[in-house]
Amino acid sequence: MTETPHTLSDEIVLEARGITKQFPGVLANDNINFDLRKGEIHALLGENGAGKSTLMNLIYGLHNPDKGEIFVNGKPAVINSPNDSIKLGIGMVHQHFMLIPVFTVAENIMLGDETVKNGMLDQKTVAAKITDLSSQYGLEVDPTSLVGQLPVGTQQRVEIVKTLYRDAKIVILDEPTAVLTPQEADDLFRIMRDLTARGVSIIFITHKLKEVLAIADRITVMRAGKTVGTVLPKNTTSEKLATMMVGREVNLVIIKKQAVPKEAMLTVKDLHVDDVRDYPAVRGVSFEVRAGEVLGIAGVQGNGQTELAEALSGLRATKKGHVTLADKDITGKTPRVITEAGLANIPEDRQRHGLVLSYSISDNMALCDYYHEPFSKHGVLQPKALDENARKLISAFDVRTPSSFVSAGKLSGGNQQKVIVARELSRSVKLVIASQPTRGLDVGSIEYIHGEIIKMRDRDVAVLLISAELDEILALSDRIAVMYRGQIVTIVDAKKATREQLGLWMAGAHVQAA
Amino acid sequence: MDWKRFGFIALIITILIGTVVYVGQTRQTPLLIITSMLATTIAVATPLTLGALSGVYCERAGVVNIGIEGMMLTAAFFGWLGGIYMFQIYGLSAGISITLGVFFAIITGGLMALLHAALSITFKVDQIIGGTVINILAVGLTGFLNRQLFFGKGSVFGGTVPSSPGVLPTIHVPITELFAPLCGTSAVCLENVQAINRVFDQKPIAIAAILLVFISHYILFNTRWGLRTRAVGEHPRAADTVGINVIKMRYANVVIGGMFAGLAGAYFTIESVPSFEPLLTNGRGFISLAAMIFGNWTPIGAWAAALVFGASQALLINMQIFRDVIPPQLSFLQESYIVGLTPYILTMIILTGIIGRTTPPAADGVAYEK
Repeated sequence: MTETPHTLSDEIVLEARGITKQFPGVLANDNINFDLRKGEIHALLGENGAGKSTLMNLIYGLHNPDKGEIFVNGKPAVINSPNDSIKLGIGMVHQHFMLIPVFTVAENIMLGDETVKNGMLDQKTVAAKITDLSSQYGLEVDPTSLVGQLPVGTQQRVEIVKTLYRDAKIVILDEPTAVLTPQEADDLFRIMRDLTARGVSIIFITHKLKEVLAIADRITVMRAGKTVGTVLPKNTTSEKLATMMVGREVNLVIIKKQAVPKEAMLTVKDLHVDDVRDYPAVRGVSFEVRAGEVLGIAGVQGNGQTELAEALSGLRATKKGHVTLADKDITGKTPRVITEAGLANIPEDRQRHGLVLSYSISDNMALCDYYHEPFSKHGVLQPKALDENARKLISAFDVRTPSSFVSAGKLSGGNQQKVIVARELSRSVKLVIASQPTRGLDVGSIEYIHGEIIKMRDRDVAVLLISAELDEILALSDRIAVMYRGQIVTIVDAKKATREQLGLWMAGAHVQAA
Repeated sequence: MDWKRFGFIALIITILIGTVVYVGQTRQTPLLIITSMLATTIAVATPLTLGALSGVYCERAGVVNIGIEGMMLTAAFFGWLGGIYMFQIYGLSAGISITLGVFFAIITGGLMALLHAALSITFKVDQIIGGTVINILAVGLTGFLNRQLFFGKGSVFGGTVPSSPGVLPTIHVPITELFAPLCGTSAVCLENVQAINRVFDQKPIAIAAILLVFISHYILFNTRWGLRTRAVGEHPRAADTVGINVIKMRYANVVIGGMFAGLAGAYFTIESVPSFEPLLTNGRGFISLAAMIFGNWTPIGAWAAALVFGASQALLINMQIFRDVIPPQLSFLQESYIVGLTPYILTMIILTGIIGRTTPPAADGVAYEK
């Protein structure tokens, strides 16, 4: 990633003044001022829930602001629906792609702006226009392929072409790198630079500090629905930006001692697992995690990590292979047996697999051992014991809640995750499986959960960390395994691993025999 | 629709027709039996075809419609009633009364669908519950009005069912006239040409249904309307972000679907027989749904599946005709309640997914929240 010298134009193409939007219970945007100049990449930085996406949805017309005005090319703009914004030359690439998997690239791109000849969709003209655009901007896409069969990076290009197809001069990219490998992200940055060179202006929404410093011309930071300030990359640092984002000083580097790995705690041999649709997802994976180390599994989402974690925790059937936890065969055992054998599981989907959202915090905190004393006596739950346990954990794990009776669904994402972490890590366990443990969390919670994971390691617990965030993998792991298409490509010492090399492996590059 | 599915359909239809040919061989030539079976199949498949098309429009736009049965029943009643009113009370000619009756049926179907659309799209009621509401409403409403208008003391028609303006006429396709000269003096040849002609001589709604299958298929897969309809059924948010009005598209398609169900209702009381009896649709709205599912939510596929059910009903009709000559080894075919089970058993087999699973539109049954 190189920084391109770039002079800022004075021409303001988009301006938001005093934008306010109230959602039930939260002031998502509070008197926001924001402007975008012609040909610039203006990064909008902030934590999840800071109000970035809300602001963009207002500019794109998916929601309407309660107060405030939007100006496009100096003129006041009335934007009541995406139709209006599209007409004004605004395009948006959403974090969750707005593509229809069963449609072709051409159908997806023309949808809403179809070319019709004699009452029939004119596929040919559309395809020609797409090919034209893709060669012009270096955005390779095949108009006839089915979107659902394309890799994520290509789908993203389809989304960008979709905005250009509508002659967008202002393009909003919402967390575009979340699903990409580092190389794909670099490719995206090149495309972004190409676009700005042709007069397109880009709003780049992200929560990743490194990317902002690498690509943005200006950076506006948002926190809790307000703008904190706008800075130039050359006048700031990661630390300063993080402080702006969080509102206090943040430790970006995790301080950890040298790991002292002991005996193998989890041994996986030639594991095969199918996915929901019965296609092979994990195809012959073998590795071991030793007591007192963190093994990180890196990989782009959807390469079998989810199925691996589910199989290890007993939520998914194994087709073939063996799993041993502390010398006990746990292959194909039920979650309860595996839990009792010493597993702490922090699942990927915390709301579906980690918590019962409608249960109280105290009930959720006893989900693993409610059937034992002191929580149960003669088959009857003991509310007093449950409540005591919850109070103890709430204070020990810093869960922010008015009481232990609040239902888990009412907590913020960070606090929900703390409830899970409290329940899982407070038991005496031998292995922790943490899947995407900090996804969607605020910096404060991330810091906390990372600290807890390292604490477990230092207590001689084996930790298997599965994360799509390469930074997280690099920060916490002692060894790193890279997963690609259901197989482990390689396992390397974390100290010797580089982002670039891991990125290549994540994208399927072959490992040179060392 | 894949070839495996079409193959299965062809196989079942062949078995059904083959059974009748075998049973009736001592009475009639195979050609006569085959053509008569085909003619009946096409005719009785009409409401199923239209019902399945109704489902295709609704579900492709993302609204599950299990209320087709009720929409058909209500439309059958009001189409028939409208015809009687025009004929008896307003004194219009039978032809015009019948035509207006069909029109009333279509409108009724559309209105019932509008109710379903309001429940499921605007009020976001669970769509299965919405459909059930339609079905219960239809049974209650038609049963009640039927009794109040015709059978109660002091009812509008004074306790008798007045004669209806009749049924739609058969449209003759002049195949015999075209090909008869080629037969010369051969009487057998002429008889065969006439037999083949009978397959094509259908009534207006039956013919319209087949045309509508192909028109709908074209609309769904080749036009802007179709692309947008499928988009709101697959990923409404994506459609919304490119400026498509999801709510309007869904409303429009559900109402169009309802009008198809309405036309199916007209088949029962205006095309098939000129009378109404409570519950006359007898589950055919649900069989339509099975046809739609087996046809993988495509009009042509759904039609092919509807023909299977049509053929199984034609089997029942023909078994009654050939009752006396059923060979002893097939004596179970004499029992009409056994043969009558065929469409229902086929429905169950098809819905178990033994012949491969089909995929509904991704957002089918999910209300859209902005």
